[in-house]
Amino acid sequence: MLVHSRGARWAVWAVFGVLFLPLFALPLLVVLGASFATHWSGALPSGMTVANFRSATRGDALDALTTSLVTAVTASLLALAVGTWAALAAARLKERHRRIVDALFVLPLAVPSVVVGLSLLVAFSKPPMLLNGTRWIVILAHTVLVTSFAHQSVSAAITRLDPAYEQAAASLGARPAYVLWRVRLPLLLPSLTAAAGLCFALSMGELSATMMLYPPDWTPLPVLIYSATDRGALFAGSALAVVLMAATLIVLSAVSRVRNKASYR
Amino acid sequence: MSSGIRFDSVSVAYGGNVVLDSLDLTVEPGEVMALLGPSGSGKTTALRAVAGFVRPVSGRVFLGERDVTDLPPYRRGIGMVVQQYALFPHLRVADNVAFGLRARRTARAEVRQRVAEALEMTGMTAYARRHPRELSGGQQQRVAIARALAIRPGVLLLDEPLSALDARLRSGMLAELARLHRELPDVSILYVTHDQVEALTLADRIAVMDRARLRACGTPAELYRAPADEFTASFVGGANLLPVTVGSGGVDFAGVPVKVDTAGVAAGARATLCVRPHAVGLGEGPNRLVGTVTEVQWRGATHRLYVAVGGQVVMADLRELRDPPGFGDDVALHFAPEDAVLLPAGVSRG
Repeated sequence: MLVHSRGARWAVWAVFGVLFLPLFALPLLVVLGASFATHWSGALPSGMTVANFRSATRGDALDALTTSLVTAVTASLLALAVGTWAALAAARLKERHRRIVDALFVLPLAVPSVVVGLSLLVAFSKPPMLLNGTRWIVILAHTVLVTSFAHQSVSAAITRLDPAYEQAAASLGARPAYVLWRVRLPLLLPSLTAAAGLCFALSMGELSATMMLYPPDWTPLPVLIYSATDRGALFAGSALAVVLMAATLIVLSAVSRVRNKASYR
Repeated sequence: MSSGIRFDSVSVAYGGNVVLDSLDLTVEPGEVMALLGPSGSGKTTALRAVAGFVRPVSGRVFLGERDVTDLPPYRRGIGMVVQQYALFPHLRVADNVAFGLRARRTARAEVRQRVAEALEMTGMTAYARRHPRELSGGQQQRVAIARALAIRPGVLLLDEPLSALDARLRSGMLAELARLHRELPDVSILYVTHDQVEALTLADRIAVMDRARLRACGTPAELYRAPADEFTASFVGGANLLPVTVGSGGVDFAGVPVKVDTAGVAAGARATLCVRPHAVGLGEGPNRLVGTVTEVQWRGATHRLYVAVGGQVVMADLRELRDPPGFGDDVALHFAPEDAVLLPAGVSRG
């Protein structure tokens, strides 16, 4: 603890409570409250019901949740594979070339995601690469957007990896591929799972690029939330939002359980 | 498996910076060769050139009869143990030891037998199911050695293997390494260290390195009794290095005639007289030097005196004195002519 005296510690907690709780926790609590409500005209929501949840977990809403989960899992795995591959390859390059690769992978982060969506729309709307109107253009957009994060966190982990392990393995007669699968990737596993969790969470919440690309039969949950609130169905939208949050948190906590098992030190 | 290492004018440079300057050295099959030198002397670079982790800019490295200069590390078949052990943290002890065997697709039954053998040899059998993080430093070191020995290498490279251990464990491991070498008489060992005690204890021969170059190479006794230059004399065992002028049948040190063997050195030349501190006695005797005590250090079994003689400080290690002289006392020192070696003056002092 940085602050030693008892009074000062209380003061720090008070500042935390005043500044951070309203900013971070309260909006989420409001959504949670609204999701159970039919009216909200006073200080507190009224007309408590679970009907919002009943409709948020079946039919179109359930399809949208499945769509989001499938999109996020697929995009995260693809991003992890591509990002890790690129980071491993870039680590062997000269400093100058590595910086070019790094810059290339930061690009989707630096560019607004609407622009990423638009560029994919323009690029893949004509044969031979006709992806527009299929689920693949949504998955592709999510993959492009989250690969930056995967690449960044994996390449940071690779620079921290002690070369002594690889060298010990090589001196014991292990070929580079064997070293990669049996030493480097297992040692990177904690960072890989952290990156996967981050990618998944980002993909679950992606809206702006998705809006430009989604076909009618592949509507992710954030789009449904947006259209519900857009037409004024705030309480139904809140219930959908709570479902989205819960699904994301469940997957993230499962990932972090895997991560704890995978960390050795 | 080929045994023995030969460096044939091996040079290594990073950018324009030469870190190993045309090293010629042969380690015979079954020999323990210590590469001894201060940090930055090129000793670790030489070891890494054998392992294949640095590429020489010129020269060849041979393992036995095989030129391995262009082979990648994984095709060289050497065992290596480094200072930080580099045990794989995600694998249990037995899997660490089995790693090299599995990488070579050794049959399962044989892997099991050779792992058991290597663990037995290093006394780590009871820890086979542990993870490296559950072991002490000394135990991790044993596992690292077992892992290197399991592939039955012809050549074992040890890079400062004991520096991370505390002093008591170190002398135990030193005896252990000597025993392992007796059990594996065909394995050549290249032992990199900055610690002259480790080198003197373990090595059949010592190669002394300084500033990217090989200074001297010989048996511990040769280097200790008859060092070739000042660097070797002071780095191996510590020495008084006194500037002298050569006369006939002796030398002149600070105006005092001193009797030593001057064979091979021209009269009138400047030279350095090398005398080990423990060869210097207190009181009257041959080659008497008189000076003033500038410091007295009690080291348990010995007293070390620093005595200023004619502007030079002479160190003397004396068996613990009942009544040691104090600071500022005038004392007489002496040493036997056969305990002193005359070296060419100041050609190599670093």
